Amino acid sequence: MSLLQAKSISKSFHIPVETEILKNISLELNTGEFVSIMGKSGCGKSTLLYILSTMDTDYTGELYFENQLITGQKSGVLSRIRNEKIGFVFQFHYLLTEFSVLENVMLPAKKLGKKSIQEIKEDALTKLKILDMEDQAFKKTNRLSGGQKQRVAIARALINNPSIIMGDEPTGNLDSKNADTVFNIFKELSEKENLSLLIVTHDEDFAKKTDRIIHMEDGNIVQ
Amino acid sequence: MLARKKQTIIAALGVTFGIGAYIIMMSFMSGLNDLLDNLILNRTPHIHLFNEVKPTKKQPIDFDSNYNLTLKNISSIKPKKQQIKIHNAIPIIDYLNSSKKVKSITPQVKAQAFYLGGSSQLNGILTGVIIQQEVAQYHLNDYIFEGNSMDLQQNEKGIILGVGVANKLSLKMGDNIQIGTLRGEIFPLKIIGLFQSGMTEVDNLQSYVNLRTAQRIMGETNDYITDILIKLHTMKNAPVVARELEEKFNVSALDIQTSNAQFDTGTFVRNLISYAVSVALLIVAGFGIYNILNMLIYEKMNDIAILKATGFSSGDVRWIFISQAIIIGIIGGILGIILGYFVSLLIDRTPFTSHAIPNVDTYPVNYDIKFYIVGICFAFIATYFAGYFPSQKAGKMDPVDIIRGQ
Repeated sequence: MSLLQAKSISKSFHIPVETEILKNISLELNTGEFVSIMGKSGCGKSTLLYILSTMDTDYTGELYFENQLITGQKSGVLSRIRNEKIGFVFQFHYLLTEFSVLENVMLPAKKLGKKSIQEIKEDALTKLKILDMEDQAFKKTNRLSGGQKQRVAIARALINNPSIIMGDEPTGNLDSKNADTVFNIFKELSEKENLSLLIVTHDEDFAKKTDRIIHMEDGNIVQ
Repeated sequence: MLARKKQTIIAALGVTFGIGAYIIMMSFMSGLNDLLDNLILNRTPHIHLFNEVKPTKKQPIDFDSNYNLTLKNISSIKPKKQQIKIHNAIPIIDYLNSSKKVKSITPQVKAQAFYLGGSSQLNGILTGVIIQQEVAQYHLNDYIFEGNSMDLQQNEKGIILGVGVANKLSLKMGDNIQIGTLRGEIFPLKIIGLFQSGMTEVDNLQSYVNLRTAQRIMGETNDYITDILIKLHTMKNAPVVARELEEKFNVSALDIQTSNAQFDTGTFVRNLISYAVSVALLIVAGFGIYNILNMLIYEKMNDIAILKATGFSSGDVRWIFISQAIIIGIIGGILGIILGYFVSLLIDRTPFTSHAIPNVDTYPVNYDIKFYIVGICFAFIATYFAGYFPSQKAGKMDPVDIIRGQ
């Protein structure tokens, strides 16, 4: 089943000079697929990810999420889709340092507001357990190691049981051991929970282990 | 987002000092204003009835209908000889007593006289008063710093002397003073009190005697009244009532709004200045908050990005910043009110002696609840606006730009 579908997406930067960063890109992602995007710096892979994630709306072409046209929707609708359906993991963890691990994980679910605080808390603890982080739940995030933080970020991405996880070099800042851990977590989620994953990465080893690799060069997809 | 404790405290302190200064300023200024106003209001009747010496309006020629259509030109019109007393004082008093608008009526006899001390003569005005009424309505006791005003009620040989006169003639309590009348008679009176009004020209001229004494000095009978001072229940009505009385009884009636026009203006300008300064203080505090929130946004860019990425809308982000600003405003405002109150208490206890105002020994402070309400409202509004613009900025921030910028 097609989860995410992009039809001839193009994007240009106008500043400082007119540069076409994405050229007529079409791709399709199915439910449960673990896909990585590879390419050199500046080839447009991150830009593509942000467009696919609905955060960037300045493009031409059409984007479908769960067979629903996303392009041109209001920002409130997009926020809602991101909150409910998409989990993000970035190169940097982006945890809120003022809050505890648990509160960080709970935050998107609180925003969604479908469950009571108590249920959200239980959910968050379950997610942390999957990632083997439950014993750190009440620590402040700045007392964790880099690998631990990234795992918390993954738990946060999972809290609303999204359809897809998008990652922008989620292992880029981690040593190979932690990178492996993160990969195994992703792999497990993809297989067990039938979750789609779309990961931008530089890491050849990481990419090789995924279901499909999309290679990008100068704003085009080269297979 | 509540963690930047230091900055939050500093921002709140900005508001605290702004609001505090506003309250101190307003309390102190209006306290001072009230003091100065009362200096005048307390001793000024709402309506002053007297008999003004002026030329007759209708000259004899006006009575002759033959000249109705011609231009009449009479040179050097002089007022005819007339009495200074209010000729129908008793009926006026009776009428006023029955009027519902009137709070009090205080008859006076003003008598021109000389204070004689050794070889020197000083011009003076003796005011014959019913002392307990003067004390009750015009706070005369506030200005009598030696002696007991009530002694004047029984003592027809007593006088309460202006301090300026006493100093010039080097007289003190208990001394005798000779009063020379216009008709050349001399009355010895005993000084049973000294007063200081704070206005030198009054202190140098005025003194109080029993109503009866003044009538005797003038060589007149009991119905001789030169002035009637009226206090109304509502001061605002004074001009209307004054016109009414003027027409009805053919006397001159001076209302307080006319006699003290400059004082209204003075009060207004003083209030204007204190408001202007206070608003400036609050605006400074507002800019402080604006600044800090603005910086907070740059510091919190990553957090904003992740909040947006995980589905928080622009409105949510805006709300976080606005609510933060308002929390700062409310906390700062409440602290400011407390600060303002305590500093006001302090000012209220600071000694302040002025020879001009003998009954005041500490700085005057007005604890009007109005200032506190305005203060908290302004804190709220100012911080709302100070938070509004940074929050708009935070709301507009594009998470992609922030994440890409790393």
